Amino acid sequence: MKFGIVINEGPYTHQASDSALQFVKAALHKGHEIFRVFFYHDGVNNGTSLGVPPQDDRNLTLEWSGLAEKHDLDLVVCVAAAQRRGILDEDEMGRHGKSANNLAPGFRISGLGQLIEAGIQADRLVTFGD
Amino acid sequence: MENGEGVVKKFCYINRKAPYGTIYALESLEVVLIAAAFDQDISLVFADDGVYQLTKGQDTDGIGMKNFSKTYTALGDYDIKKVYVEKESLEERGLSAEDLQALKYEDEDDDWAEKDSLFVIGREEMAKIIDEQDVILSF
Repeated sequence: MKFGIVINEGPYTHQASDSALQFVKAALHKGHEIFRVFFYHDGVNNGTSLGVPPQDDRNLTLEWSGLAEKHDLDLVVCVAAAQRRGILDEDEMGRHGKSANNLAPGFRISGLGQLIEAGIQADRLVTFGD
Repeated sequence: MENGEGVVKKFCYINRKAPYGTIYALESLEVVLIAAAFDQDISLVFADDGVYQLTKGQDTDGIGMKNFSKTYTALGDYDIKKVYVEKESLEERGLSAEDLQALKYEDEDDDWAEKDSLFVIGREEMAKIIDEQDVILSF
């Protein structure tokens, strides 16, 4: 089956990102396809490369980046939600005249159309949030 | 539509939270406005505190937030014709249909006659409508 994944909450405060990560791993293990993972609302905060969680805890951003590299996942961060919350790639940094960028490897910034497309293309769109 | 390959699915956007206090209502509306360009079969559902999103006379001056309630009245221009509000959610909050903004669309198949796009329906019918959907996004 082809899954689309939506993550609506940031890391650590909510379990949404952890649950989605476990779901994606299990789905891939069973041979399913992940069409796209779309990060919306505070979910965009999963894409910051600047998080430094304690060493004895999981690092969700690193986990997503690693999984993306291993399985060629499409991790999409919503541009409008990201701009509000200070998640920028190099292009966005330049466009808005900011002094830094922080999008983690394996993530890309794009529009809400990517979410709708995931709904159209996937057999199931599964939302992780509150 | 690009990458859509002519597929038309039933998309339902369920709004369950108050318009202010959290950003879910505003960002849900942003999704809906983008989604309208994809030629899909769109329904909007307002239930629980989400019914407050459609109330008349919202005034956000005191909280310093953008009042985006007028945007709902523009949904008709985006060809969104099916907005379902749960009757029980209104009643539980001491609200009725009269407390809500009028939502209209112009029917191109009927000489652009203005028609209602907001329907207040009971919980059972709401369950049926949600059950018919292909894709549900809940905010």
